[in-house]
Amino acid sequence: MLENRRFVIIGFFAVIGLIYLSRLFYLQVLDESYSIVSSSNSIKRVIEIPFRGQIYDRTGKLIVYNTPVYDLLVTPSKARVEDTLRFCSVLGIERRDFDSLMTAASVYSRNKPSIFLRQLSKEDFASIQDVMVDYSGFQFAKSSLRTYTAPTLANTLGYVSEITKGQLEKQEEPYYRQSDYIGQSGVEKIYENELRGKRGTKFIMQNVAGVYKGPWKGGELDTMAVAGANLYSGIDLEVQQYADSLMVNKVGSVVAIEPSTGQILTMVSAPTYDPNILASRFFSKNYTKLVRNPYKPLFNRPVMASYRPGSTFKLIQALVGLQEGVVTPGTGFSHANCPVGCHNHAATTSIALGVTHSCNPYFYHLFRRVIYNNKISNTFKASAAGLEDWHSRVSKFGIGQQLGIDLPSERKGNLPDKKYYDKIYGENAWKFSNIYSISIGEGEILITPLKMANVAAIIANRGYFYTPHVIHGVGDQKKLDPMYTTRHESGVSMQHFSPVIEGMIGAVEAGTAKNARIQDMVVAGKTGTSQNKKGDDHSIFIGFAPADNPKIAIAVFVENAGFGGSAAAPIAGLIMEKYLRRKITNLAMEKRMKETNLMSKVVLTDQQRSLLKSDTVKLLKPDTAKKKAPVIVNPLKK
Amino acid sequence: MKEIPDGKPITKNVDWMVVLIYIVCLGIGWVNIYAAVYNPEANSSIFDLSNNAGKQLMWIGTSAVLIICILVIDYKFYETFSFIIYAIMLFLLVVVLFAGSNINGSRSWIKFGPFSLQPAQFAILGVSLAISKYLSDPAISLNRKLKDYYPIIGIILVPAILILLSKETGLMLVFAAFAVVLYREGMPGAIPAIGMSTAALLIITLLYERWYIVGVIVVLAALTIWIMPTMTRRRGGLWATILLAGVMIGIVFGVDFFMNNVLAKHQRGRVMVLLDPDSDPRGDGWNVIQSKIAIGSGGFTGKGFLEGTQTKFDFVPEQSTDFIFCTVGEEHGFIGSFVVVVLFVLLISRLVILAERQRSRFARVYGYCVAGVIFFHFLVNIGMTIGLMPVIGIPLPFFSYGGSSLWSFTILLFVFLKIDAQRPFTLSRG
Repeated sequence: MLENRRFVIIGFFAVIGLIYLSRLFYLQVLDESYSIVSSSNSIKRVIEIPFRGQIYDRTGKLIVYNTPVYDLLVTPSKARVEDTLRFCSVLGIERRDFDSLMTAASVYSRNKPSIFLRQLSKEDFASIQDVMVDYSGFQFAKSSLRTYTAPTLANTLGYVSEITKGQLEKQEEPYYRQSDYIGQSGVEKIYENELRGKRGTKFIMQNVAGVYKGPWKGGELDTMAVAGANLYSGIDLEVQQYADSLMVNKVGSVVAIEPSTGQILTMVSAPTYDPNILASRFFSKNYTKLVRNPYKPLFNRPVMASYRPGSTFKLIQALVGLQEGVVTPGTGFSHANCPVGCHNHAATTSIALGVTHSCNPYFYHLFRRVIYNNKISNTFKASAAGLEDWHSRVSKFGIGQQLGIDLPSERKGNLPDKKYYDKIYGENAWKFSNIYSISIGEGEILITPLKMANVAAIIANRGYFYTPHVIHGVGDQKKLDPMYTTRHESGVSMQHFSPVIEGMIGAVEAGTAKNARIQDMVVAGKTGTSQNKKGDDHSIFIGFAPADNPKIAIAVFVENAGFGGSAAAPIAGLIMEKYLRRKITNLAMEKRMKETNLMSKVVLTDQQRSLLKSDTVKLLKPDTAKKKAPVIVNPLKK
Repeated sequence: MKEIPDGKPITKNVDWMVVLIYIVCLGIGWVNIYAAVYNPEANSSIFDLSNNAGKQLMWIGTSAVLIICILVIDYKFYETFSFIIYAIMLFLLVVVLFAGSNINGSRSWIKFGPFSLQPAQFAILGVSLAISKYLSDPAISLNRKLKDYYPIIGIILVPAILILLSKETGLMLVFAAFAVVLYREGMPGAIPAIGMSTAALLIITLLYERWYIVGVIVVLAALTIWIMPTMTRRRGGLWATILLAGVMIGIVFGVDFFMNNVLAKHQRGRVMVLLDPDSDPRGDGWNVIQSKIAIGSGGFTGKGFLEGTQTKFDFVPEQSTDFIFCTVGEEHGFIGSFVVVVLFVLLISRLVILAERQRSRFARVYGYCVAGVIFFHFLVNIGMTIGLMPVIGIPLPFFSYGGSSLWSFTILLFVFLKIDAQRPFTLSRG
């Protein structure tokens, strides 16, 4: 009987064996989840972030490069800091900072490393790395910092900062991860995809303590990081900095364009700031201060500020009039029968003289002829038809639309059309007498400094332009978007430019723009005085030089500086001379312009004024800006 | 009784199937120990004595010497000296309590230079021999006389207490393996049945609300009593059923007490983790989860020799000893696991068949002891790596790294093979 128990026993063994085999079959073959966990467990995907592309000026000078820095990371669950006081003194932080940084890191994750201190310079890193060995749970990660060779072009270049939550969620392909850097404005934003390069992915094996154990599968799945493409800009750094120095203590813009290519030579947005301060670990503090500054240094005026063009607009009016055939170069108008005032000047017996003297009635009459240049007898309907015709012609100069510069947030400005006035007055309820102020660039017309510089370039080119652009070459092959090599026609025939340019030369030689004169050089220019409701007029000048073979076209806007000839014209003249000759002959004018302070004329609200009084304007300088002793001191080395 | 005739070497009568399985297990185990401790950066040789694979090779070599000795020694030696061997084991267990080195919190190791031996591993051999010797008396009957159990309980209990004192609970549990032997020798089937039911009830109690279980027990008892009169006329059945239900309810309520007052904290954790590994993924659940990940990630064919990432990079603890099966599972997949499980089932079944063909009761009981002990190690060790058993630190026979365990299993197995080889010349005594 008992012998038969062996079958029970063998049966029991076999059943256990079967149970184990089916369990193993389930774990190893049926349930896929374990292999996924396994790879996230011991095989780690490491992202290698390449260096961002550098940016050069037109002479090959470096404008933006990268400085290697080190981020200090902490893994809270592994962090052991026995003597917090020594630790804090090594890192140069307060006990409170330590606590809050640790809390923030723990909230993110206890087992994953998160950033403890950002962007320690090479010097700081060298001085603390041997001390940090004593503290487990801390590690360094190499990173880099945007560094600017000169404290200029802040708004044009833009800045790079940590990706925001909104941007993280909005990205179409999941490229960026939390705490990654991304170009936030200016060239950095527009060329983000080119500048950021190609990330490398490495698959590495690590043990349970997260210690590196060699490449996975010998690295055959790894991809190399490719550094970002360098950008070649048309900016002339020397001229740019000279223009900066002239715009100190003024609010306004300078845009200079090479007419033959559309490359931006200089672009000043005043007041400006040192771009290095937003590339430091003081980013958030400095950014807040910049945002709160009443003069809005983050507002990129050349492309975002809209002004009435004032008399500079008369150039377009003259060209449109000539093209329409309503005037000839020899047409003259008197001051009679005109609601707009003028100043005393010689009789305007030609269109050139009209431009030279910036005669308001001349352009009132000219614009009237443009508007009524049709056979419609009803003055309301005739005005509407005439305005539409005029609108399409002026649009070709890029007015009232985005030019397409490689900078973000370019404003359209405003070029009023039939619809626009219909909205204000009602259909067929307005005529020329309602809209005549746009004949001299006042009224509803709004224009950005960039567009005005482009108008100067069109006139310099006698009829065409290339879309202005900051960057003319991407990468080693210096690739350029074909939209920047496409010639745009203004729709005005070449011969019509001669009388207008003649008038502009006259304006610089003997008219309103005398202050823009350059010794022994023919300059063409036109001033404008832009009325604004809040304060003194804005001073405007557009022009180009040399007049017979233009190398530079420029627009200068100085807010609240009054008459166009007072500030904008001399600044433009000096910048053009600097670009063309690399030296300045009129040193007295240079000195005067550098010393002019117009900040008090800028109209501020009471609230803004109170901000000004409080200490908001002082900005923290980054460590790398000046080579001083490391902020962080190593007590062991003392 | 006759001696082996001249010219007929012992090798002729040894059961080669068992020897073959033994060699295959050692070979697979050794290769996997190498894989478990392999470091792609250091790239050490499988023969390097400074790592576990090299050392294991040395243990395998010495095992061969042991085997020769065992086969050379007269087979009657083991039966004759059973109690003396048992006594020496007990002595060593006492010695280790005072002279043992403290390794991982347990005082169960005796150190010889760089190597250490664990007497508790050898205690099984002594207990097996002593039980076999005791049961070889044909007058002993396990299905009739309760007093015949007392010596067996004594034989098991003394070393069990000594091992418990040296804090090697896992090894102490191995004595449960002798239940297989006792069952074969006449212990009523109800006893292991009750034992297993109690364990099952224990786990059910931990998983479900106490009062639901009590309800189910009461309903079952009532049904039994209601149906019983039609099936049997025995009056005692009523009281037996009520008593059984009462005991079960007592167990249900006793579990809380048992969990909280009897088990140590880490043991409680291991039981809870078995029920729900994710309850404490970084603590008690870590071993189970990591071991399941390692085995599960092997897939059908495995990641390949030395390609395992979970075991190699220390995610799985004790990779070369208690968790060696993870390396097999990860690197050789289901195919590898299948081979190992089949090898064990074959080995154990073969041992049972060999035991059954013994003419002496001593030899049969000893054969069952060997089969039961190896089976229990297999059951618990592989069971814990795949999450079916709580984590109990006992090795996988012939696979796990370790001289003590390899030696003790080798001696255990080959003593039986020696006895078996002499079978044609032994007279039956029971």
